[in-house]
Amino acid sequence: MSGRVRALPREALLAAVIAALCALVAMRFPGFVAPANLAGVLNDTAPLILLALGQMAVIMARAIDLSVAAVLALAGMVAALLDGIGLPLAAVVAAAILLGAVLGAVNGLLVWKAQIPPIVVTLGTMTIYRGTIFLLSGGKWVNAHEMSVPFKAMPRAVILGLPVMTWIALAAIAAMAVLVRRSGFGRSLLAVGGNPDAAVYAGIDPGRVRCLAYVLSGALAGLTGYLWVARYAVAYVDIAGGFELDVVAACVIGGISIAGGIGSVGGAVMGALFIGVIKNALPVIGVSPFWQMAITGAAIIAAVAVNARARRGRGRLILVPQRATP
Amino acid sequence: MSILRKTLTTAALAAALIANGAQAETKRIALVVKALGIGFFEAAAKGAEEAAKELGDVEIIYTGPTDTTAEGQIEVINALIAQRVDAIAISANDRDALVPALKKAMDRGITVISWDSGVAPEGRLMHLNPSSNPLIGNMIIKLAADHLPDGGDVAVLSASATATNQNTWIEEMTKVKGNYPGINVVATVYGDDLADKSYREAQGLMQSYPNLRAIIAPTSVGIVAAAQAVEDAGKVGQVNVTGLGLPSEMAGHVKAGSSQSFAIWNPIDLGYSATMIAYNLATGAAKAEAGGAIPMGRMGSVTLDEAREGAMADPFVYDASNVDDFASIF
Repeated sequence: MSGRVRALPREALLAAVIAALCALVAMRFPGFVAPANLAGVLNDTAPLILLALGQMAVIMARAIDLSVAAVLALAGMVAALLDGIGLPLAAVVAAAILLGAVLGAVNGLLVWKAQIPPIVVTLGTMTIYRGTIFLLSGGKWVNAHEMSVPFKAMPRAVILGLPVMTWIALAAIAAMAVLVRRSGFGRSLLAVGGNPDAAVYAGIDPGRVRCLAYVLSGALAGLTGYLWVARYAVAYVDIAGGFELDVVAACVIGGISIAGGIGSVGGAVMGALFIGVIKNALPVIGVSPFWQMAITGAAIIAAVAVNARARRGRGRLILVPQRATP
Repeated sequence: MSILRKTLTTAALAAALIANGAQAETKRIALVVKALGIGFFEAAAKGAEEAAKELGDVEIIYTGPTDTTAEGQIEVINALIAQRVDAIAISANDRDALVPALKKAMDRGITVISWDSGVAPEGRLMHLNPSSNPLIGNMIIKLAADHLPDGGDVAVLSASATATNQNTWIEEMTKVKGNYPGINVVATVYGDDLADKSYREAQGLMQSYPNLRAIIAPTSVGIVAAAQAVEDAGKVGQVNVTGLGLPSEMAGHVKAGSSQSFAIWNPIDLGYSATMIAYNLATGAAKAEAGGAIPMGRMGSVTLDEAREGAMADPFVYDASNVDDFASIF
């Protein structure tokens, strides 16, 4: 339960940092904090939020998923190709989510049954999934005019003032919050990440929990794949290249411990929003691209440093050394 | 009657003999591409066939490896040497790795030229660039200026800040900026050839410069992302997206109106010109030497520089009138 207790101040701190960042940007470019623009930033960050939620579950279970961006790209390409052969939109979206879940299950089973370290598994599948996109598409792009109108319109459709893509992200946040806090699966994530050996004694199979976390991460990446391709109206091998690093960074900034066992939905969302605000703010205030990278990198290191400080002294000596009796 | 028939038969026979004789002297020109199955190169092969038809006594061998590797191309070159072709026109996967194989071909009397993607000077007689940096730099700003008779603010969306070709083109563009009065280049931003970052940078440009009238993106990822950003922002008609892109990727955006026109080298012209040059060199009609000119049929002629390289032409402009025809090609 330490995750829950620790998460609150961290989220508040991040919210304050994000607010300060927005205020700073507004000094250079007042239009940035206009409600319409902030809604735009939220919408632009929606894919990152969706992936960070899945990654959070995986990292909390003391694993990592480096293949998320590749799963996103593969599911997106498959969605675009299925749309191209005239499948209805609902089937296309369902297929993207299902494919993502299956790809996640491949990761999960390799980690669970083959006992290969998560970073190695997902590093490998990352390349395999990208290669698969090439095989499916023959290296060709699927372009705007080859996609059906409803396929491209869905994420953009506005309901109650916000685009559908934003609503999907908000729904995913709510669902994950319930899942992590109120379900047995959520508790077992923390248990497995916090102390796998103890989890086994509590009757939890760490491998199975990790595998499920990968399936969840994959399904979210599959859904995001469709949204991404529909939004940018283009699918090709390299879409979202390097995006997995943004996703991991969002989690780390959000206070999710890479060592597992600590994390919250709020943290992941705030971490994603932090990166989203930076990505959207830097173009309008005209910062050089080199600084953009440096600023994101500095934020990650600062976040990890804060994490490390917060955890110092957490350990408690339960066996006080006894003075040797004569 | 019978005499007439006899005469006719003789004439027909003679004609057939002459045709056969001509066939024996047919120049066999191999068009070697980076890899088979790429639309751009299929289109180049079409241009080569067009040149062959025009010349009459040319047979085109369109070939290449199945993946874009230098090893694959070396195998193809060795096979062509064994077939004793007259000329090899190659778009290389590696500037240096192909040199030994191509040297061997030249030693056997085969005319070797490179086009599109070049080979080091010792491995070919000459290299045909699709265009030149100054021509491209001029073209991208001209495309923006053509649709802004009263001038206005334009911005450049590049790939990464370290991309050599992009920086060279932008530099060349800046040199000729003075020729387009009223065109005001307000910013250069970098989308890193990522769809999402390019999209965001385009959004940022439209926010930072409310009077922006055109975005010039000399990169195929950037131009598509910028066009989509303009469409999503509802600024079609206000901001024109132009630069370098592929017709198949841009067709939808030209139709949507976010891009009035854009440019890229025409692969058909490129294949045509490479074939014409290879033919003229193989027949001895022209020589590949620094400062010399080689005729290339309907494309005029190419003048070679110190490194025996030449530029074919201005990038070809695509707009609503022709983009659909080319979209199915590449």
